[in-house]
Amino acid sequence: MKPRRCGYIRGSIAYGMKDSPTNFSPGSPVALRLAEIVGESNVFTCPEDLIPYGFDGTAALKESAVCVVLPRSTEAVAGVIRLAAAEKIPVVTRGSGTGLSGGSVPVEGGIVLCLVHLNRILEVDPANLTMLCECGVITKAVDDAATPHGLFYPPDPGSMKISTIGGNVANNSGGLRGLKYGVTRDYVMGIEVVLPSGEVAWLGSKCVKDVAGYSMKDLFVGSEGTLGVITKVLLKLVPRPKARRTLLASFDTMEAAARTVSQIIEKQIIPCTLEFLDRKTCASVEAYAKVGLPTGAAAVVLMETDGHPAVVGEEAAAMADIARENGAISVEQAADEAHATRLATARRSAFSALARIRPTTILEDVTVPRSRLVEIVSYVEEVAARHRLDIATFGHFGDGNVHPTILTDETDHEEMERVELALSEIVDKTIALGGTITGEHGVGLAKKAFLPRQFDEASYALLKQVKRAIDPHGLLNPGKIFDLGTAH
Amino acid sequence: MSTTKKISEDQREFDDNRGDDSRRPSPAAPPIAVRPLRHMADLDYSVVQQCMHCGMCLPSCPTYLETRQERNSPRGRIALMRAIADGNLEVTKEFGEEMYYCLGCLACTTACPAGVDYPKLFEHARAEIEHQGVLFTPERAFWRWLTLRQIFAKPWMLHAVGRMLYFYQASGLCSLVRKSGVLRLIPANLRNLEPSTPIVRCHFSAELIAEVEKPANTGHRVGMLTGCVQDLIFSEVNRDTVEVLLANGCEVVTPRQQGCCGSLHAHNGDLEQAAVQARRLIDQFEIDSLDAIITNAAGCGSHLKHFSHLLGHDSDYREKAAKWDGKVRDISEWLVSTDFRKPAGDAAAQKVTYHEACHLCHGQGISRQPREILKAVPGLELVELENASHCCGSAGVYNITQPEQAAKLQQEKVACIQRTGASLVATANPGCHLQIQNGLGEAAVVKHPVTLLAEAYRAEKAGEATP
Repeated sequence: MKPRRCGYIRGSIAYGMKDSPTNFSPGSPVALRLAEIVGESNVFTCPEDLIPYGFDGTAALKESAVCVVLPRSTEAVAGVIRLAAAEKIPVVTRGSGTGLSGGSVPVEGGIVLCLVHLNRILEVDPANLTMLCECGVITKAVDDAATPHGLFYPPDPGSMKISTIGGNVANNSGGLRGLKYGVTRDYVMGIEVVLPSGEVAWLGSKCVKDVAGYSMKDLFVGSEGTLGVITKVLLKLVPRPKARRTLLASFDTMEAAARTVSQIIEKQIIPCTLEFLDRKTCASVEAYAKVGLPTGAAAVVLMETDGHPAVVGEEAAAMADIARENGAISVEQAADEAHATRLATARRSAFSALARIRPTTILEDVTVPRSRLVEIVSYVEEVAARHRLDIATFGHFGDGNVHPTILTDETDHEEMERVELALSEIVDKTIALGGTITGEHGVGLAKKAFLPRQFDEASYALLKQVKRAIDPHGLLNPGKIFDLGTAH
Repeated sequence: MSTTKKISEDQREFDDNRGDDSRRPSPAAPPIAVRPLRHMADLDYSVVQQCMHCGMCLPSCPTYLETRQERNSPRGRIALMRAIADGNLEVTKEFGEEMYYCLGCLACTTACPAGVDYPKLFEHARAEIEHQGVLFTPERAFWRWLTLRQIFAKPWMLHAVGRMLYFYQASGLCSLVRKSGVLRLIPANLRNLEPSTPIVRCHFSAELIAEVEKPANTGHRVGMLTGCVQDLIFSEVNRDTVEVLLANGCEVVTPRQQGCCGSLHAHNGDLEQAAVQARRLIDQFEIDSLDAIITNAAGCGSHLKHFSHLLGHDSDYREKAAKWDGKVRDISEWLVSTDFRKPAGDAAAQKVTYHEACHLCHGQGISRQPREILKAVPGLELVELENASHCCGSAGVYNITQPEQAAKLQQEKVACIQRTGASLVATANPGCHLQIQNGLGEAAVVKHPVTLLAEAYRAEKAGEATP
């Protein structure tokens, strides 16, 4: 096989040779100031240290970083932001870099502010059902810390084993349990945020009811690092469900699967998870995880109900009946808790497992009202056929969030043009169905071009107005979500 | 994903010329130094492209968890390799140090949903680093030459060194030397290791195992790999392996003077010598006459199963290597797949815990089988070890090259073992065996699962003899 060659799609200039308006080289005034603020061993400017920060979890988006700092306290973060504000240096905040919209890809000439060292859980308050932690705590560690108190932190994005809670809040991450438990926003009671001026603000409280002033914390949830740097998070916890039951149903048509899901919801059963995987996704996931997914069926639905043991048993039986009534080829129940966890973990790996098929995996995140789900799934199939593309689809049936995943090769320019067309058409259809271009991954760079299609003029202008009010110099994650235009 | 590797024509000639194990290049070939080896550049680009940098590997990586810096993570290292392949980064000293900070534990391979072939990337990166000499120091070059090209390249020399070590340890010279203070003359990193030097056995494998051993009723005919470290330090594990095979109706063929399989060379950037070692080993076995070739050392096994990758470009050995790869089995894998006989009898209850050698669970995907063996041994109660598949820090020669990081991992492992309350630890790799035993001291005993099975068979026999 002939070795393939390709340059970076973006930022193809050799590392270390890039012109940056700011001089970050060791010994330069900015580098010295940064070293004073975060400590010399936490400032990185050599190519071997920088290259691995040139991307996040998004395919085909790269930009070379010129300076990475890893502060270890809110004070240090504030110091970096004050310096950046004084020197007019852009700053991109990141956690573990698992984002799926390019939101934490570096911006040219900017500082990459990586917050993984701010990883202390500061307080679990069982009396108020809250947890206070620093932004760099791993999502799964939040739930693990809640467990001994009989408490539960439900949001479970696919990357929960490594994503940071700060990143989750900044992107308002979803997960498999969104249908019943909602998304990250529903669990954020307060945040500590470093404003673009370098001032530190606390927003929110432990009070369930709190209507003092604007709901400022909500402005920062999902702001993708463009308004402030979230350094601490006060989270709401809920009682840990006593029981759960996991079912796996397979169908020979996507329509039958979708009908099953609609009927489950019509019968007013709200399971915590209603995930679907198409044939291609199932085969890839099974190749990796070997958990016994049916690989021949057109659609597999993973259903999970949790709560009081009696209710769980009843709901599981009802869901199995509905699946059978709709012609399910098979309905199986997870053998035990461990098997149920393996199934959910396998589902979470779907996106990465699909990378086995082609070199580049472009993941979409369109979301439609639940009732329009079949329409968007069949439309994706139609688009794939029309543009001769390999598209696998999986996602959250219960909340209308689908992940059409285009399996392609970024080095094949002709194919990439067809990919662009397909993406554009899927986005248009989504908007026509009353949906949104992104359900849980955020806009970042990847969906920036599509945002004006979804927003009317007034609301798009409002976004920019908010940005200008809070970050007048446009220094925090500039160029993500939208371009400010002539703000500088 | 394609698993083909493109090796330049130069490299092919180069390897062919090295088949005779001579260090002198043939007149037809220019000296080695001017050969344009391009280990990274020649690697099929799809191997680096396979990484879609999703980050799923990060929580599995011991070095990333230590520093939380991207370059110390699998996807960070792959990003550096990709930058080199793209011509955006030179092979630098920093890159060299990074690739030697990596343990090569392959935990990322298990974690990776996208199926990235990290072992291949790792070996090629280290080979490129050695080829370009970015880490060169005279001292390093000497030790590499002495170990990779001399001691572990020549079976007779390995045995000679083994004999000398045995004499040194058994004669009392060892304690004399320790008292004399002579050790202060050697570099600190080596001096610190001296107390943990493994005890060389009086008898090496060839003295304990006949060339062909036959059971009463033969079912299968298998070859037995005695290894290098295993041969000197754990020759009784080799004997136990043979006994277990005999007890399960296998005729065992054990060629003499096998030497190192080359995994040490491949993992340390010497793919040329690894190929030489592989050819020598293949030549010693009549592959067609054997049902399986058995190894009991995890680090060797994960290398032994990929000879066709190493010799794929060698027209004389390509087919043999493919056959070879198809027959290599870890002992636990073989025993479970052939439904081994469960020993009868009862023994005093004892708690055992199992540490998964990285190159068994991550390198070969063998996790269930050793546990099945332990569960079959009368009296043993298997207690699961927390983070059983986390590296213990041995990682080949990592505990010598990166003692600090290795010690941290060793302490973590020991703490987990102590929490189980087990007095017995089972593991199936000589490196892990020594590393864990050194960490545990007197607190618990480390044994190979096959040893525990062999002991059970022996106890069974003794029970029959004295009813």
